[in-house]
Amino acid sequence: MDDFYREIILDHYKNPIYKGKLESSDYEFEDENPLCGDFLHIELKTDDKGIITDARFDGHGCAISMASADMLLETLIGKSVEDVKQLSKQDILDLLGIELSPVRLKCALLSLKVAKAAAYELEEAHDDLVE
Amino acid sequence: MKSLIKDDEIARQFPILKEPIHQNKRLVYLDSAATAQKPLAVIQSMNAFYEHTNANIHRGIHALAEAATEAYEIARAKTAAFIGVSDARQIIFTRNTSESINLIAYTWGREYLKKGDLIVLTEMEHHSNLVPWYMLAEEKELSIEFVHVNDDGTLDMQHYHDLLQRKPKLVSFTHMSNVLGTINTAKEMTRDAHTAGAVVVIDGAQAVPHFSVDLTDLAPDFYAFSGHKMCSPTGIGVLYGKMDLLNAMPPFMGGGDMIKKVTFEGFSTNDVPYKFEAGTPAIAEGIGLGAAVDYLESIGMDAIFAHEKELTQYAFDVLADVKGLQIIGPSAGERGGVVSFTLEGIHPHDVAQILDSEGIAVRAGHHCAMPLHQRFNIPATTRASLYLYNTKADLDALRLGLDKVIDIFA
Ligand SMILES: Cc1ncc(COP(=O)(O)O)c(C=O)c1O
Repeated sequence: MDDFYREIILDHYKNPIYKGKLESSDYEFEDENPLCGDFLHIELKTDDKGIITDARFDGHGCAISMASADMLLETLIGKSVEDVKQLSKQDILDLLGIELSPVRLKCALLSLKVAKAAAYELEEAHDDLVE
Repeated sequence: MKSLIKDDEIARQFPILKEPIHQNKRLVYLDSAATAQKPLAVIQSMNAFYEHTNANIHRGIHALAEAATEAYEIARAKTAAFIGVSDARQIIFTRNTSESINLIAYTWGREYLKKGDLIVLTEMEHHSNLVPWYMLAEEKELSIEFVHVNDDGTLDMQHYHDLLQRKPKLVSFTHMSNVLGTINTAKEMTRDAHTAGAVVVIDGAQAVPHFSVDLTDLAPDFYAFSGHKMCSPTGIGVLYGKMDLLNAMPPFMGGGDMIKKVTFEGFSTNDVPYKFEAGTPAIAEGIGLGAAVDYLESIGMDAIFAHEKELTQYAFDVLADVKGLQIIGPSAGERGGVVSFTLEGIHPHDVAQILDSEGIAVRAGHHCAMPLHQRFNIPATTRASLYLYNTKADLDALRLGLDKVIDIFA
């Protein structure tokens, strides 16, 4: 348990670096996890080569969903929008570094789903985005 | 009132409560509002049925078929008596509260509600007492109004009476809130709705398991509850209805048992309650419900309620000085054994996960009452809910668990 709430996860939850809003963004998306009421909004800013130069998230949810959003955005800066499309479930699990039950997996993967939906400029998020 | 229930005397009658969880932790089960644990007597009643009596019911004249039918009908009669109903035909067996409410919507509602009619619900309803009406309203172009919930978690009675002035055709409300613990003044609300000319449905899912309910006294038109929240198996629930309404209503699902006669031209329906019970029902579960009624009566509903009242007060006491903890709903004295709360800066899922690691089972989320959470402007709560087998030690464990949660997030 004390493992589950690893220092790094709590740190990102309590002191998020990428929480907030951008002045202007090129990609954005929001979605929720109806089971928990977690809500997440992600904004990405890119340069003319499609490289992500800045990112922010906003929302509310459990430590896992919020920390995963913060950790994910941290890794996205400097990557291309195409890279975001290639992200997999395992990338998020590697970031968090913990084992998750099926229910909590949904919390962890909300950020991936929202980021990918933003990158694909979708109107609606689909579960297969997280595979 | 002093609790008549001795500390863990009751808990010992529930096999699951004796099993350790997470290898070596004592299970502290505080999720009975979701489903109750089952005493040995109930589990054994179902085993005994399968070992000695199993056969289909209401058909066949062999010895087992007759014994099974009798056992099932005895369970129906016990259930009727348990809620103050003398005519067991008024007890329709369903799967659960949700199915009971859907049954009303699909049969009575479809037959008797017309475009433009008003349904009155409340802001504290479970999705089970919302969505069936939303579906019906969409189909029949009905309108729906919600009685406001006050900040203290009680219903706004002035608003209720204002809505009754608009002559709703149907009023449906929960007897006790599964989130706030609020016990509504069901008798007065029913009386006033009847005066306004409405048919009254009460969702008794959180009431029948916890305190004595007398439907002859309350006099609603329909009353729904689930077996599984009252120590009975899953898969069996009840819909009570007034006889004249049940007789006039069209059937629900079609199939075996619900017919009197079938020809190539059509069918005629069976009598109440069988008219509403198509197909082979949950026989063992129905018998298990009868055993749960016996079990609860052997302890006494008043003793159970007094015990829960005492524990609820104790829960308020042990939670009082937890930093950042806010209980929603009425004071301890005015609610049943449900305590939902928020902890500042910590999401209920994290609370529940850390408590789980200590062997404490609570529920986190919206508890199938999303609109109510919207009303209180909170996405989710953590809920500890109590039943006859809980003890003060369980609440002490909850307190220690919460201290750990705060410690981790500090
Ligand atoms: C007040 C209330 N109504 C309805 C239900 C639905 O019960 P079931 O899931 O057994 O249909 C519940 C429990 O979940 C409840 O607490």
